[in-house]
Amino acid sequence: MTVVKRRRGIPALAAITWLYILWSIVPVVIAVQFSFNAGKSRSVWQGFSMRWYTGDPNQSVLHDPTLRHAMANSLWLAFGAMVIATPLGTALAIGLARWRSRLAKPANGLMLFPLVTPEIVMGVSLFIVFVNLFTGVSAGFTRQLLGHATFTISYVVIIVRGRLLSIGTQLEEAARDLGATRWQAVRTILLPLLKPAIFASLMIVFATSIDDFVISSFLSTGASDETVPMKIYSSTKGTATPALNALATVMLVITLAAITVAVLVMRKLNHDDSGHPAAALISISS
Amino acid sequence: MNEITATAKGVRHKQQSTRFWALFAAPGTAWLLALFVVPFYAVLALAFGHPDPIFGSAIPEWNPLKWDATALRDALSRIFGGDLGTVVIRTFTYVGITLVICILVGYPVAYYVARSARKSRGIILTALVLPFWISYLMRMLAWVNLLAPDGMVNRFLDWIGIFGGPKNFLSGNAVTVIIGLAYGYIPFFILPLYASLERMDVRLIEAARDLGASRARAFWRITWPLSRQGLMAASVITVLPMFGDYYTNGYLSGSPNTSMIGNQIEYYLHGSTSPQTGAALVIVLSVLLVILMAYYLVSTARAASSVALR
Repeated sequence: MTVVKRRRGIPALAAITWLYILWSIVPVVIAVQFSFNAGKSRSVWQGFSMRWYTGDPNQSVLHDPTLRHAMANSLWLAFGAMVIATPLGTALAIGLARWRSRLAKPANGLMLFPLVTPEIVMGVSLFIVFVNLFTGVSAGFTRQLLGHATFTISYVVIIVRGRLLSIGTQLEEAARDLGATRWQAVRTILLPLLKPAIFASLMIVFATSIDDFVISSFLSTGASDETVPMKIYSSTKGTATPALNALATVMLVITLAAITVAVLVMRKLNHDDSGHPAAALISISS
Repeated sequence: MNEITATAKGVRHKQQSTRFWALFAAPGTAWLLALFVVPFYAVLALAFGHPDPIFGSAIPEWNPLKWDATALRDALSRIFGGDLGTVVIRTFTYVGITLVICILVGYPVAYYVARSARKSRGIILTALVLPFWISYLMRMLAWVNLLAPDGMVNRFLDWIGIFGGPKNFLSGNAVTVIIGLAYGYIPFFILPLYASLERMDVRLIEAARDLGASRARAFWRITWPLSRQGLMAASVITVLPMFGDYYTNGYLSGSPNTSMIGNQIEYYLHGSTSPQTGAALVIVLSVLLVILMAYYLVSTARAASSVALR
């Protein structure tokens, strides 16, 4: 009875929800569609072609060196951030969860700060510190990489810590009682149990780094270290070709693939605590 | 005797354990100190630095005892009554209107998803999370395509025959910027609100209905007050980054007529010879955001304690 009562009146809400979802996704779908446009326009459809991906000898993603360069930069940055931030963040999460000390609390607060700091504040402060203090760090890619690793560490800590809480300490204690050293307990018990979280972290770091515009842009020195989001931002509105849409589409596919793999792996390895892939998605989004 | 050695062993054991786990936390903490805390201090040092006698541009002052507040005072006087005043008011207006749109659209959506049947929820949630993983600039690029002079929006307006001639949406148009911000930030608003509505005890609403409350009354007396905390959290999460946003309107408008605080900061650091002004503005922005955060944390704590007292 109550169920019936609650269902009534919901059609209006359902309509708003689905309209919102359409509004949020359709523009992107159209942008993807125009990456396949046969003509030069990004708003008038002239038939399907792969011209802007591979066909055009000068301006396609495959053949335009500036587009290819931007893509390479984005991928290298994301890969580098993944390799640096994941181990640092994983170790930090383990340390913060097990470390009993007065210093643990401030360290924990420090880790949370980057999550609530607006990107522009982080971008500006990294820019200023590299220009005025850490002048030895070579400008461009290296600085961007250090910046990306910095803002992604906290994501890793959050993901790994969630998993640590659900693992608990009993298994480690059992290993210790059976004569394992602390390090052995970490290596043989904790790390294997953390594998799905570490893997998810790798993918999330990759995806957030690839999406970043502000940090890369503040630490950039010019065309040589342009990333894909910077390329999208800097391309003037009138003259850009659908190759820009094609470039964005390629990155979109790569990002979504990374996320999908992360979600599937998380779901397969700890399916007991999250019923639906959407639950896993939300846990790593927020 | 044995007991004493045992306790001594226990103490040593504990110290070793502390040191062992501290070693795990050390590299990440050091990294964040060097590349998050020190950089922020560098912003302070530059904002409170002295002008270079030869080049005129400011050099950072690392000793806080010798800090010079001239640049910050200049920035504040330009905000209160000077040329930056309009920019600040505009920023608040854009952020405020966008937040209202977020609430008007986001609340019903979050509410609907939280109350819909678990089985159908998965696909809706996936659709709601999807924008998180589409590059922000690609989502803005999509709107640039749609709003271009020969874009779909203009052709549609032309087809139904209002406004005559293509409208220029992409240069100095405040409505475009606000729609862009709303499009960009609503996903960040909906998810936390959904999470809080989902945790709400549905039996309370059912009880109110059983006791004769109308649907509207049950909503206003039960759901709305219970969701206020979630609404606050969602608002803070969306508003904080929006105050520092410069790329949305830089990309969708790029005109000084729609410039926000973020654009000014970006301009002074990248496009001018006075990064010190930019640093001072970053400090003003940070103070504003810290006040917002503190207000949020205090009100959450107060709500929690009032619930506990009841």
